[in-house]
Amino acid sequence: MTYVLGQEQLDAIEEVLEDDFMDMGVRCVFLIDMAGNVIASQDSGKMQHDIYSLAALAAGNFGAVSTMAKIIGEDEFSLLFHKGKKESIHFSKVMKDFLLITIFDQDVSLGFLRLKVSEAINEITGILDQQMSP
Amino acid sequence: MAFVNLKKKEVQVKIVYYGPGRGGKTTNLEYIYNEFNDRIKTEMIAIKTQGDRTLFFDFLPFEMGKIKGYDVKIQLYTVPGQVKYDATRRLVLRGVDGVVFVADSMKVRRKSNMLSVKNLQDNLATYKKSIFKIPLVFQYNKRDLAGDGIPLLSHETMEKDLNSRLKVPSFEASALKGDNVVKTLKKIITLTMSALEKEFK
Repeated sequence: MTYVLGQEQLDAIEEVLEDDFMDMGVRCVFLIDMAGNVIASQDSGKMQHDIYSLAALAAGNFGAVSTMAKIIGEDEFSLLFHKGKKESIHFSKVMKDFLLITIFDQDVSLGFLRLKVSEAINEITGILDQQMSP
Repeated sequence: MAFVNLKKKEVQVKIVYYGPGRGGKTTNLEYIYNEFNDRIKTEMIAIKTQGDRTLFFDFLPFEMGKIKGYDVKIQLYTVPGQVKYDATRRLVLRGVDGVVFVADSMKVRRKSNMLSVKNLQDNLATYKKSIFKIPLVFQYNKRDLAGDGIPLLSHETMEKDLNSRLKVPSFEASALKGDNVVKTLKKIITLTMSALEKEFK
């Protein structure tokens, strides 16, 4: 299956990422698909992460954890959080095939981030839904 | 699951190197990484076990340049070949657009090649993809071992074992020396891109 996103949808997604996350001090946020492709990204300009490698690893990681979920009788774990000393990563599933990933430091509260993530997911779902429905 | 970004005029494509353990999938990627250093901006990612065998996957993003005005980003992945890592292999295959099957030319590996093709077919089927439809290229690797007196399968035998029904392009190669590694890559890229083009027509 190949899917196409046009200028309008991508602009809208980037706007959601910027409005919801850049103001609150998130370092980097990106939307990927489960194949590991990068769909859209925003960063604070302070860091130059290799998001293509991150996307490949994140998709693999999410897949591995979902398989773990099935083994213990869960359908999936819809969000993951990796805590580091300075930077942390939060992964959240968007619809069936996408992942929203945020990288942030200690200045950002996890609770607030989760709130913003769930808002953003609703908005992104609205944008992608129009595109994906045949 | 190729992704077409109309805003950046960019296409992202996923190609997976599949095949039995110790067949040379990672060696293929390492050769490509060294050969095309100027086009690869990042390090090759490898998730390995202690014994240097692939545990999860290797990953190499590769810029193809422009095709019909679109920047083509090829993401190369390998899978772990060992039988026991089937769950991980299935994960890496998610959203695959094209497959290179790296078969081991050593006589003793004849059965594992055949089992691995069957395994590829089964795992593709879990994503509702058919091995007969997906862009696929065979690479009969380790041909250089003939010089060391190690018994190898003949090209005809390998074709008969693996490719008699699929009838896809195949190459004899040595991933270690680099023979036909690039040719294999070019072939799978061509097949994958033309399959994508067809999908859009």
